[in-house]
Formats: sequence, structure tokens, C-alpha cells
Amino acid sequence: MDTQLDLWEVFVQGKSGGQFMHAGSVHASDKEMALKYARDLYTRRNEGSAIWVVLSNNIVSSAPEDAEMFFDPANDKIYRHPTFYTMPEGALQI
Amino acid sequence: MQQTTGKMKLAELETNFERKIQAEEKIEPRDAMPEAYRLHLIRQISQHAHSEVIGMQPEGNWLLRAPSLRSKQILLAKIQDEGGHGLYLYSAAETLGISREEMIRQLHEGKAKYSNIFNYPTLTWADIGAIGWLVDGAAIVNQVALQRTSFGPYARAMFRICKEESFHQRQGYEIMATMMKGTPEQKKMAQDAMNRWWWPSLMMFGPHDSDSPHSGDAFKWKIKRKSNDELRQKFIDKTVQQAYVIGLTIPDPLLKWNEDKQGYDHGPIDWSEFKNVISGNGPCNRQRMEHHKFWHEEGKWVREAADAYKKRISTLN
Repeated sequence: MDTQLDLWEVFVQGKSGGQFMHAGSVHASDKEMALKYARDLYTRRNEGSAIWVVLSNNIVSSAPEDAEMFFDPANDKIYRHPTFYTMPEGALQI
Repeated sequence: MQQTTGKMKLAELETNFERKIQAEEKIEPRDAMPEAYRLHLIRQISQHAHSEVIGMQPEGNWLLRAPSLRSKQILLAKIQDEGGHGLYLYSAAETLGISREEMIRQLHEGKAKYSNIFNYPTLTWADIGAIGWLVDGAAIVNQVALQRTSFGPYARAMFRICKEESFHQRQGYEIMATMMKGTPEQKKMAQDAMNRWWWPSLMMFGPHDSDSPHSGDAFKWKIKRKSNDELRQKFIDKTVQQAYVIGLTIPDPLLKWNEDKQGYDHGPIDWSEFKNVISGNGPCNRQRMEHHKFWHEEGKWVREAADAYKKRISTLN
């Protein structure tokens, strides 16, 4: 039985201080191998300052077809946005 | 990846797919999609991935004979990129529910194809120039169009690949330009490579639109955004000028600028050769597949050892 090893998801931080972005996947059997393969595959041109790898099986995703219902609680709360509020004329730097 | 359970009905899901396609939104792996769409993509993306990987062979042929340390380093980096491109694409295909083991099995059994172009041999160093300039050049034209393909993971892989691919084309063109400034023998070698790679490069775009068996659905689903002939025309129009600049002749006596269409007309493509090579009778078909199978088997103990190591450390933790 052939094996192509486990599937990992790779997240790369471009510059230190920035956020980690999903870059793609690698196959590897353990975490050190996953990190090294991720480095060779996704940062050959200095794209990264740090890498996270996580087994794909450990990621939980929401269902796209449930998106409307799932994100519904945020739909009617426009008062969470600064543009909702009326500011007195002439007030500066607010 | 685990997923929470969706609750929509099948009819709703299909409408949702159509709506997304119409709205130019990307289809993602977890979205509902017609089975034929999924199968079409698996076929296309796995063929694309196999092409990247098999394409490492003709170039690897010159790795130990590169004419300088500089050119050896560059070629090594390019071949490493091609391997990386294969991996991006295998990952994209895997999101459609096919395993990498299965894709490799299909390749070895001849059920999945790879680009016909890699069944031609690399006879001289000029062939490395011609591959970078013409073959990667043709691939770029195709891949730029595919950045707008409707399946998200495929489009994202294309985006990443296009960013890396332009170095490949420039290194190939540099080799050709250097040889065209060299000795009469070197110029002859460059022209000979041009003569052998020009027509197979044009064939990379596939059959004429009037004779393209898979196009209908691919256009409807926005997997394919430009037709074979449109892409081929684009490639010819930009490449002819580049050949002219370094003094190479295009091996097509019927090639002629057409003022009305603002593009070149070209002579007839020999599709009988294309069919002959694609059905297994090209100069290197057997060699390419045997090489892939051999090294796949040779690497088996490494995969097994890695797997055993994983099991061992999991008992220690």
C-alpha cells in the first residue's frame, strides 16, 4: 500500500508583526518534516519570516451553505460600525 | 478537514452553483458542484500537475552538463520550481476528493495524461533555452488565462505559478540570445532547437476550436476562459518579435502579418504528429514513464521509514 504521508495546511507570516496567511498544503509524516517542506515549497523567494503548519484534519470549517444563517447575528447590528453615529457639526478628529 | 453539517436541499445547492458561476464568484472545495464539473477539474488539474513533474526530466538531462556554474544554479532552481508547481496543483486537485496516491496510480496506468511536449528529447544546451522561452512561454499564456478560472484552489495555484514562471521564460530567452551571439555552430544549434520546438509549442494549446472535444462544458462553467486558438494566437504574436530581435527564423514559411486582424497568420499544424505522440509513439514517452515509475518505487522505503518514524514518536509522546 503506497502512502503519500499526511496532509498539512501551511500558514506563512510575510513580515514579522504581520498576520499569518494560508499559503497552501504539504504532505509530511511529522511536524519537523512539514515545516521544512513548507519552507521549501512556499518561501523560496523570501516570502516568509515565520511559518505555522497544522494537520488538515485538525481544522474545523463552517459549511458554505449555512453561511447566511451562521453569520446572521452580525446582519442587524449596524451600530457596531462608526459610520452609524451622527456627529455634531464642527467636531474635529473624531 | 472537518465540517459542520449543511442543511440545504440539493436543488438549492445547484442554483447556488449556477448563481456563483454567473456572478464570477469562485467555487470553493466545500461548495456543492455538479459531478461533471468536479470530474472535469480533477482530469484537468491532475494532468497539469503531472506535466509539471514530468517536465523536470528533459531539463534534468542537462543539469550535470550545464556550461557554467551560473547556468547550473539557475537550471536547478528552475527545476525545483517545476516540482513545486506540481505540488501546488496536486494539492488543488486533492481538495476535489481525489488522493495523491490515486493520481499517481492513474498516471502510471496511463489513465491520466501529461503535456505532450515533454515527450520530446533535449538534444543540446539550446534545447534548455528553447524550453524556457517557448514551452514555458506557451504555458504562461495558458496559465495567465487560468488565473480567472472558476475553481478557487486552481485559480490560486495559477496565480502563484505565474508569479514564479516569468523567470523561467527569461532564463530560456537569455540562453537563446547568448547562443545567437556565439560561434556559427552555436547559432546553428539555437536555430535547430527553434526548428524542433516551435511546432510542438503551438500544439501545446490543443486542437483547433472547431475540433476541441472538451471545450463546451469548460466554457459554460468558466473553467476555461479563452479558447485554444485565441491563446495560440496570443503566443505567436508575442513570440515572433522576440525571435526576430535575436536573429532566429520561425520555421513556418507561411507565417505572415495580417493587418486586418492585427496578428500573424500561420501555416497548417501537423496534427497527425500530435496524435502520434499523444498516443504513445513520441521519441520519449516510454522513457518518461519508466523513469517516473522507477523513482517512485525507489523512494518507497523513504516514505515507509517516515511513516514508521511518525508512529514511533507518537508512542513516545
